[in-house]
Amino acid sequence: MSGKFVKRVDLIFEEVECREILGKIMKMDPDDICQEVLDSDLKGRGGAGFPTGMKWRFAFQESDPVKYIVCNADEGEPGTFKDREILDQVPGKVFCGMAIAARAVGAKSGYVYLRGEYKFLIPKLNEQLKNFHQMMDEFNHNFRIQIRLGSGAYICGEESALFESIEGKRGEPRNKPPYPTTSGLFGKPTSINNVETLVHTVMIMKYGASHFKELGTKDSRGSKVFSVSGDTPKSGIFELELGMSVNEFVQEFGDGDTKAVQVGGASGFCVPRKRFEETIIGFEGVPTGGSMKLFNSTRSMYNVLHNYLDFFTEESCGQCTPCRVGCQQLLKGVEAVKRGDKNSKYLDELVKLAKTMKRASKCGLGQSVGNAFGSIVENFKEEIIY
Amino acid sequence: MVNLSINGMMVKVPKGTTILDAAKKQNFRIPTLCHHDDLCVAGNCRVCVVEQLGGKSLLAACATPVSEGMQILTNSLKVRAARKHVIELLLSEHNADCTKCYKNGMCELQNLSNEFAVGDHLLLDLIDLKNYTIDRFSPSIQKDDSKCIRCQRCVRTCEQLQGVNALTVAHKGERQKISTFEDLSMAEVICTNCGQCINRCPTGALVERIYLDEVWDAILDPSKHVVVQTAPAVRVGLGEELGLEPGKRVTGQMVAALKRLGFDSVLDTDFTADLTIMEEGTELLTRLKKALVDKDPTVALPMTTSCSPGWIKFIEHTFPEYLPNVSTCKSPQQMFGALAKTYYPQVRKLNTKDVVSVSIMPCTAKKYEANRPEMRSSGYKDVDYVLTTRELARMIKQAGIEFNLLKEDKYDSIMGASTGAGVIFGATGGVMEAALRTAYEIVTGREVPFENLNITAVRGIEGVRIASVLIEDCKEEWSFLNGVELKCAVAHGLVNARKLMNAVKSGELAVHFIEVMACPGGCLGGGGQPIPTNEEIRKKRTAAIYAEDMSMAIRKSHENPEVIGIYKEFLGEPLGHKSHELLHTHYTKRVRY
Repeated sequence: MSGKFVKRVDLIFEEVECREILGKIMKMDPDDICQEVLDSDLKGRGGAGFPTGMKWRFAFQESDPVKYIVCNADEGEPGTFKDREILDQVPGKVFCGMAIAARAVGAKSGYVYLRGEYKFLIPKLNEQLKNFHQMMDEFNHNFRIQIRLGSGAYICGEESALFESIEGKRGEPRNKPPYPTTSGLFGKPTSINNVETLVHTVMIMKYGASHFKELGTKDSRGSKVFSVSGDTPKSGIFELELGMSVNEFVQEFGDGDTKAVQVGGASGFCVPRKRFEETIIGFEGVPTGGSMKLFNSTRSMYNVLHNYLDFFTEESCGQCTPCRVGCQQLLKGVEAVKRGDKNSKYLDELVKLAKTMKRASKCGLGQSVGNAFGSIVENFKEEIIY
Repeated sequence: MVNLSINGMMVKVPKGTTILDAAKKQNFRIPTLCHHDDLCVAGNCRVCVVEQLGGKSLLAACATPVSEGMQILTNSLKVRAARKHVIELLLSEHNADCTKCYKNGMCELQNLSNEFAVGDHLLLDLIDLKNYTIDRFSPSIQKDDSKCIRCQRCVRTCEQLQGVNALTVAHKGERQKISTFEDLSMAEVICTNCGQCINRCPTGALVERIYLDEVWDAILDPSKHVVVQTAPAVRVGLGEELGLEPGKRVTGQMVAALKRLGFDSVLDTDFTADLTIMEEGTELLTRLKKALVDKDPTVALPMTTSCSPGWIKFIEHTFPEYLPNVSTCKSPQQMFGALAKTYYPQVRKLNTKDVVSVSIMPCTAKKYEANRPEMRSSGYKDVDYVLTTRELARMIKQAGIEFNLLKEDKYDSIMGASTGAGVIFGATGGVMEAALRTAYEIVTGREVPFENLNITAVRGIEGVRIASVLIEDCKEEWSFLNGVELKCAVAHGLVNARKLMNAVKSGELAVHFIEVMACPGGCLGGGGQPIPTNEEIRKKRTAAIYAEDMSMAIRKSHENPEVIGIYKEFLGEPLGHKSHELLHTHYTKRVRY
């Protein structure tokens, strides 16, 4: 199946024989596994895009006998729902990816941190896990996976807050450094990877790094699963080759009246129609963890922005000042401008504030509030003011 | 060692040093709010952000370790913009009615906003005061969330220094707040009233309950006879609150100031500290006798001290099964209160109902203690009002007394005589040392076998300290103690108290006598002492306490002439009938939240 404007790919959901791949992995040198993933240029699919091979190698190089693999399945970014589908369709591949990671870094224990709303998946995952553990026994490999359920806080998708949550504490991001590969879960070297990233490593180990690199661009190799929603006749989950422009994406998925696409969810960027052509979806342009939300001309971008700010005001963990108070100021600020209590120049002050939030916040949440805010205010100023 | 540059100046620091400390080495002070020397790194407030050349985001100087070749700017345009924003953001959700705040002039947020000349309200006011109520249910601590900047110093204090966890972070986002179990009042939770959170709160969100007006009313009421007692640690702290260097002893000036304030009699808690030693020492020896001679299996050993009301409430909540082990002696404050309303009016020929007893304490838990229902053995409230060291300084200022110019004065009598043993109650290990000085001598007839009576093994800053004294050549009636190695343990800070008690519980540690002080450093680091506090300041106060001890003519509790006198004239003997009635108490098992 191929789209007219975008290239569809079927790697993530492809049925594979995990036993075969694992058999191969178990015979490999851990450092070679890291190298293979490094050679593929795979970058994390959760949104931040850290090179996966590098992460694994960092964890591999740590001498601590106890290390952890964590699968981040907290999928909380508004507008993304691809990990749910992956876990539903090919859970075995996710566990297989964790086993590869475990082999690469030398971990004996793994956790899947599952979004609370995905509780319904647990019976299925547990059943698969039973098979998986049996397989591990056959390979004489004592890697074990446990599932932990989130409780609905968006911040717990942030890696260090996620660790805190697994440890039974309040989900608040930690100071970095130290980074997870040095001191992660329970203070031990940890590789934390997104669901989709782990599945990609399975395919890389199956087909090789060069096969993975055949797709995508220099900065954004391979394919990616997108969650398409909003004003589109074709909402859903699509695995596409990276490197397309927003224009190509809109040609494929738009309803003919698309005025903006929010790439990367609430923490991502809003791309207006005039920039569709020049903007590449990927690490060289606008990166995304998968969320693609289309807005047509019936939508008020003020409402869109208000909705995002409302979301952040509630979902900030609250510990650091720029994020906790900054979100409230941005929200109340755009309301004041809309009401006319503050003049349009106040928006400039808010943009400056958003810059401070980006620079001074403790974690990725506060640092990325400015993305949506800046790009919506810059491109749809009149919709905010009038 | 790591080399880096701070504002273009090279500096070499050990690996693991924070940017904050590296900058300090080059004499650049980076402003902080959530950072505190006594606590782990938080990196919450973000006021300490600095720029790293080539870096995308700013770094929290307090939380970021240096790395080789780093080039740090502490005052760049980006840093200044961010810092000012952070201060403005904090102010926008802060009840900035500064002139009416108890911490006016001593507030770290106020200082910063002054330093950064935050003028017009650039941002929107987010605070709606209608949504806030002030928690005044505790007799010790007042919590006003409208002034809270969520730096979490209090939460870290309660968790890391005290292991109590009464304060915790609740909710997220705009609703995030510092709360308690089920948002109950401070009076209803496991809070020990130690007040360490107050000592570290940068704003006026946590302050002691203030009883200044009540005390002024009593002083200025001609029909009342107001007696005041001053705890040992107050004399080595008060100076700081009045502009003097930490570690300055101001005993004589303090007495002079109290007389000028109009107290009818200025007396010393040290007197009842000495009395405590007599009662508690005898109690310990009695328990040892029951255990060693009578082989009574019901005797509760080890015995623990009971002077620290924070410790008492802690053990009531946390180790209630050990309540029989706690000495039944009231704290020196409460012994004093009971005597101030019985013995004192009897000797001074006063009517008890006209006597008002006030105490000046380094402590906030003493406010709670004075309000315990057990503490009315005189038939009246034994201690009417408890003021902290800070409140006393406030009174001195209000009365316009030039404290630093005062000539030293002496405590009144009766109940004003003290010894070096009473003074060292103010430092961790002090009660143990004072008790050993007396108990050893009672048992053997000789002074403790330490140079200058200084039992250095029980002194120091380690959280838990263990020491022992071999008892030999006893007097006839104590011969059962011949050859017994009396083992003692000392803990300060409740997190250490918990460690110690867990070791006792598991059988890992077998001792006879335990001293626990709820606060780091003992009373001299108490929740009512001057702010700021850190280890360096506490060490200076400690040195002052021991210097005061050395300067005293009498340094053993049992040689205090007034203590000898009160047994002769009034109490009879230690653990006697009257003592039992006035100087001893019991404890209450409490739940764990």
